[in-house]
Amino acid sequence: MNSLSPELMLQLTMLVPVLALAGILLTGRSENVREAVSVIASLIVLALVIGLYSTFKAGIPVEVSWFEIMPGLSLSFRLEAMGMIFALVAGVLWLVTIFYAIGYMRSHHEENQTRFYACFALAIGSVFGVAFASNLFTLFIFYEVLTLSTYPLVTHAGTAEAKKGGRTYLGILLGTSIAFFLFAILGTYFVAGTLEFTQGGVFPAGTSVAVGGTLLVLFVFGVGKAAIMPFHRWLPAAMVAPTPVSALLHAVAVVKAGVFTLLKVGTFIFGLDFLNTLPTTDALLYLAGASVIIASLIAMRQDNFKKRLAYSTVSQLSYITAGMLLATDAGITGGAMHIAMHAFGKITLFFCAGAILVTLHKTDVSQLRGIGWQMPVTMAAFLIGTLSIIGLPPTGGSWSKWFLLSGALDADQMFIMGVLLLSSLLNIAYLLPIPILAFFPPADGVARPAIKEAPLPSLLALSFTALMCLVLFVFPQPLYELAASITN
Amino acid sequence: MIEHLSVLQVIIPLIAAPICLLLRKSQLAWAFATLVAFLTLAVSFALLSQVVQTGPVSYELGGWEAPWGIEYRVDMLNAPLLVLISAISSLALMASRTSIENEIPENRHTFFYIAWLLCMAGLLGITATGDAFNVFVFLEISSLATYTLIALGKDRRALWASFQYLVAGTIGATFILIGIGLMYVMTGTLNMADLAQRLPEVENTKTVFTAFAFLIVGVCMKLALFPLHLWLPNAYAFAPSIVTTFLAATATKVAVYVMIRFIFDVFGFEFSFTHFPLQEVLLTLGIAGIFVASVVAIYQDNLKRMLAYSSVAQVGYIILGISFASQTGIMATLLHMLNHGLMKGALFLALAAVVYRMGVAQLSQMHGIASRMPFTMAAFLIGGLSLIGVPLTVGFISKWYLVSAALENGWWPVAAVILLGSLLSVVYIWRVIEVAYFKPVSESTPDVKEAPAALLIPMWILVLANLYFGIETSLTVGVSEMAAADLFGGLR
Repeated sequence: MNSLSPELMLQLTMLVPVLALAGILLTGRSENVREAVSVIASLIVLALVIGLYSTFKAGIPVEVSWFEIMPGLSLSFRLEAMGMIFALVAGVLWLVTIFYAIGYMRSHHEENQTRFYACFALAIGSVFGVAFASNLFTLFIFYEVLTLSTYPLVTHAGTAEAKKGGRTYLGILLGTSIAFFLFAILGTYFVAGTLEFTQGGVFPAGTSVAVGGTLLVLFVFGVGKAAIMPFHRWLPAAMVAPTPVSALLHAVAVVKAGVFTLLKVGTFIFGLDFLNTLPTTDALLYLAGASVIIASLIAMRQDNFKKRLAYSTVSQLSYITAGMLLATDAGITGGAMHIAMHAFGKITLFFCAGAILVTLHKTDVSQLRGIGWQMPVTMAAFLIGTLSIIGLPPTGGSWSKWFLLSGALDADQMFIMGVLLLSSLLNIAYLLPIPILAFFPPADGVARPAIKEAPLPSLLALSFTALMCLVLFVFPQPLYELAASITN
Repeated sequence: MIEHLSVLQVIIPLIAAPICLLLRKSQLAWAFATLVAFLTLAVSFALLSQVVQTGPVSYELGGWEAPWGIEYRVDMLNAPLLVLISAISSLALMASRTSIENEIPENRHTFFYIAWLLCMAGLLGITATGDAFNVFVFLEISSLATYTLIALGKDRRALWASFQYLVAGTIGATFILIGIGLMYVMTGTLNMADLAQRLPEVENTKTVFTAFAFLIVGVCMKLALFPLHLWLPNAYAFAPSIVTTFLAATATKVAVYVMIRFIFDVFGFEFSFTHFPLQEVLLTLGIAGIFVASVVAIYQDNLKRMLAYSSVAQVGYIILGISFASQTGIMATLLHMLNHGLMKGALFLALAAVVYRMGVAQLSQMHGIASRMPFTMAAFLIGGLSLIGVPLTVGFISKWYLVSAALENGWWPVAAVILLGSLLSVVYIWRVIEVAYFKPVSESTPDVKEAPAALLIPMWILVLANLYFGIETSLTVGVSEMAAADLFGGLR
């Protein structure tokens, strides 16, 4: 790997998935070859990302520029701490999800699997584009490619419900991105004259806070992938997709692209100092807080397993949005760490939900009582994932929550402190009963059912992510170092 | 040779038209017309490069000195438009032989090529001339040829559409003639540059005001500004597909050019924007056009009609740029004229391919068509993305400058309107994509093959142009920038 220049490696993270896309389409006839292409591509990408990480740690700057459309408007990439975190998470979880998907898609006898894997590869490629983008324009392009490439995955089932979900998905994501996000980008370019991500922000001194505040509102609502209320509806709607899609894309790649964008915008476009002076920051912070609580309350009322997890994601995303809006170093650090922590936790929960669906064909929470005796490994993993989402030791989720809390304290935001604590309680209320009830004994007189676990590739995948939740508790250091280096 | 370029631009297709009549045979006429189109394309490129290098090119017809004789004047404003017209015409003619096979009876093919060449000569003439009355003459030539071309449509409603356009077009042309006549009465000249010099002396007279009003309304009729657009949807929907391609990409742009020329050069910026509520009128009508036409487009089943309404909406954007009354605004307008020509050309050619295979372009019969005609629908997709204004396509570049111009004026709400308009275009383009790509092939989908190469090649040339000029913008942006600077540097 060392023989490759870091610049080339960075570009390859985007190109390899595109090549994989071509390979998948060409080898669509033979299932095994097609899946081999996916696995090999994801292995290469993982190796590339790790290679980039070691370059980054060595402190070598990596920059690539493709072309310039207009003065100051170029397609270019740069390696930077926050993008590195996102890329590492996406790189690791793509490989894991491919394994999971192979087990899931085959035992669920899904149709159009070639299109599925092809779109999946394209989506991942664009995630790396988002992660490494060195300016808002580049980020915006890959953000949109990500939306478009995931649409066929959402409507994969082809049913009327899937189409309806797909329309909501596309309508909200594309709608907000064009009406608000693009508008905010244009406004930023007009005011600041550049879209380059710059430490400390790009707005010249003396920019009116009214303009800045308006732009911030446009950004927060425009990045629909961050799913702040009232623009969250697309996420539950996207749950009609096959579970691997919900797991990787709608718990990790797509939604994290949203909050990642917001963190980037807050840190490198506005800059924390300017963010602090804006009149709308607090209002948006309260909205994010409200989003956390309301989404949790809705989640409690969802019996559909995946829908409940989706609302939980909405709630957790607003943690990160709030972390940005706190405009303190600890808030950014906590937000960035939460990208990774929540990713591992939530993907575990989705993997488990999918495993239950393919093995026992259960989709509702109320059907899960006593299921732990049939699927002990799955439900144990589920328990670990739950703890990480709640933010309890010994799981990684506790670290990011810690930093978010300390960020709230730094900013003197008692409201957000309260929200975070209340939200933990709500998480306990709607998530924890699932794994606990799963290990309740069956009703009297009914024999304990035999063990019937998920397909092996899927089982390995979900065990791995659950394990990662624990590992990240014990070894959070590398992640913390990355996250803490964002703001300086 | 070089000094005759600007007149050759118009004369070549004009003389070629009657020669076509002698050729009789369809194939021969086609080959000849295409050759002529490419020849004019070469001429237009030569003109553009000359204008870029040495500035405006002036030509005195028959050696009669302006302002007595007719002057042809090519500068940064019209040179790019000449290239657009001849380029689109060449590409469309390449495809025309195949496209009209099923749409026009064999015995009328020769007439088709004659009318086409005349139409082209008319459009090029309007653009190249520096004489106000000459504008009217060429306007009539191109209009009469257009009525013929539309009436050639297979559907009997084409006759009605052509008649509708004839009525609207004649009213428009008459208004323009009245405007020109009144100006002549007041100044005694028809040469545009001369008019520009003499009008200020009499600019506070009711006659000049009336002239301006007639002229602008007449031109708005031709360029289909909402609510004077009613002739356009039928004309585009029922004309032979290849004719629609040519007209949609060029005809309205030429009318916009006439408007810009008269507003900025002949009457002058000061006069146009201070004596008349031109800014308010154009702004309101532009925005109304964007919204109304886009919403109507969403409900069309006939895709040619849908894109026709989309054209009305796009004219709204173009007019919006003029209403900003700023250099950036006019630059955005010029840019969007060229860019819109490229995207509509690509989109209508894709529809021409659909019509060639299926007979019609009804959305309800296109379920899953993308699996049968992958290249055609991919072209439609990219053209559609460009229409929406997705980055890396030309549509994004024009939207970018339009929004920048709005922000420059401090008109934030207008900038928001432009983006909301894009959202509406997302809706009507996505309807097609969803049906063509994500619906399974149904019984109502005809069993068709991919379009022949004769259609695919010109289509994809335009598609690639949409991408190329969306990434490498120095030519289009540079040319529009210079033209806008010229307009504001002022000929007066």
